[in-house]
Amino acid sequence: MSTPATREPRIVRLLLTATALSFLTLFLVVPLVAVFAQALEKGWAAYADALLEPMALSALRLTLLTAAIAVPLNVVFGVAAAWAIAKFDFPGKDALVTLIDLPFAVSPVVSGMVFILLFGRQGVLGPWAEALGLKLVFSVPGLVLATLFVTFPFVARELIPLMQAAGTEDEEAARVLGASGWQTFRRVTLPNIKWGLLYGVILCNARAMGEFGAVSVVSGHIRGKTNTLPLHVEILYNEYNFQAAFAVASLLAFLALVTLVAKSLVEWRAASEHASHAEDPHVD
Amino acid sequence: MRLRKSHSVLPGFRLAMGFTLVYLALVVLVPLSTLFWKSATLGASGFWQAVSAPRVVASYKLTFGASLVAAVTNGVFGFVVTWVLVRYRFPGRRLMDALVDFPFALPTAVAGITLTTLYAPNGWLGAPLEKLGIKVAFTPLGITLALTFIGLPFVVRTLQPVLESLDPEAEEAAASLGASRFQTIVRVVLPALFPAWITGFALAFARALGEYGSVVFIAGNMPMKTEITPLLIITKLEQYDYAGATAIAAVTLVASFVLLLTINRLQSWGARLGRAE
Repeated sequence: MSTPATREPRIVRLLLTATALSFLTLFLVVPLVAVFAQALEKGWAAYADALLEPMALSALRLTLLTAAIAVPLNVVFGVAAAWAIAKFDFPGKDALVTLIDLPFAVSPVVSGMVFILLFGRQGVLGPWAEALGLKLVFSVPGLVLATLFVTFPFVARELIPLMQAAGTEDEEAARVLGASGWQTFRRVTLPNIKWGLLYGVILCNARAMGEFGAVSVVSGHIRGKTNTLPLHVEILYNEYNFQAAFAVASLLAFLALVTLVAKSLVEWRAASEHASHAEDPHVD
Repeated sequence: MRLRKSHSVLPGFRLAMGFTLVYLALVVLVPLSTLFWKSATLGASGFWQAVSAPRVVASYKLTFGASLVAAVTNGVFGFVVTWVLVRYRFPGRRLMDALVDFPFALPTAVAGITLTTLYAPNGWLGAPLEKLGIKVAFTPLGITLALTFIGLPFVVRTLQPVLESLDPEAEEAAASLGASRFQTIVRVVLPALFPAWITGFALAFARALGEYGSVVFIAGNMPMKTEITPLLIITKLEQYDYAGATAIAAVTLVASFVLLLTINRLQSWGARLGRAE
């Protein structure tokens, strides 16, 4: 434990703790409580009605579908990118890492808009898409494309530092001992990165299901057709149907809480595994 | 060079790299380059007119100003929160620590309607503030508040690992050499935390500049007064003014590229400092 000379006076500690807790309560706890309080304002029956209404159900289906396409694709990409970047040396690596981060830096509105510029009626590839009979914006494919774009970096970003820290010696040993490339990945690499991978998937999924700005631009807001849950929340809210808006919003807030719990579990598992590795003299 | 050769023991470089590059190009680079391609077709004068109209400039000022104030607020309170979470022990600490990521995980539209309902003139917090003569919802103050909410995790999560790994010996040495606690913090602790702190600040600022969902409900969206740049882009798109929307989007995109490069520089600076210690 730290000695008194390296601690702040008691009054300072109390003041700092009170300031931090007030700030966190005001910005995190109060909004969290408010979502559920507003959702249940008219009781459980009204809450259930808002969730079971056909438009809400179709929005839920579309949200699940979008995430079911976008998350696996970005997982495959994230693993491939991390493998190439962390296990090999090549010129331009830093530039590649910066390019992978790019979607984080772009405003969600711009992320959605580029797909309209690309595939919209006046778009660069618009006439081509129309000739083929493809409707790529104001439609489900547009939503998926925009979601792919905004969730692009999540898995790669989690895995690159993790794989870099693990080095290449274990994999090289496996190869020298005769393991195939796939065996090496599955038996050596994957166990090292599994918690980071899981965390990346969780983050990627939360963003895929919750994205609003980008999908709002490409969706065209066609009710029952191109509405995801966040867009459905917006429509209900703008119709002054606040209770129903918050009921649907509470589903998304619940998803956010699940994400936080999953994150804590993953961190805890990763830390305890790390600790047990450190204790074992044969590993490390 | 011999070491590099030994890397070729591992398979899959061509496959992984090829897939990475193709996927990156298809999902990110081609769509983004459309924006610059479209901007180029506007011509210099058309582009300039679109990006310098008074309504557009007003939106830049609002977005930039509110983002800056929000990032500074997070810089100050985020520091206090990190300090308390890392250095002090109190009941509920783990819960609060986990909750810090809530703004990351919560969909922006949900954040938007919740903050608006809380701070509306008849809301839980809006009503008492209204009595004090402070209007939050549908004013620049409301925009700043929403941007503070979504930027909150950045400073804490960049600062936290650095503060956790800070060697206590440096502080003990300073104390034993007669430095007061305040001197130790200002001269020893703060310089070590500075790169992470400024990185967190820049991340929060960058996120705020492009933010749409959490702001659009609380902003009021009055042209010249409470209209943020991302909303203006959407308004132009809905009016089929694709040229105008493209030009403004190109400006915001360049601004975010510059910020991204700055943040990368800051991060590698922090990493170098960390190694040097």
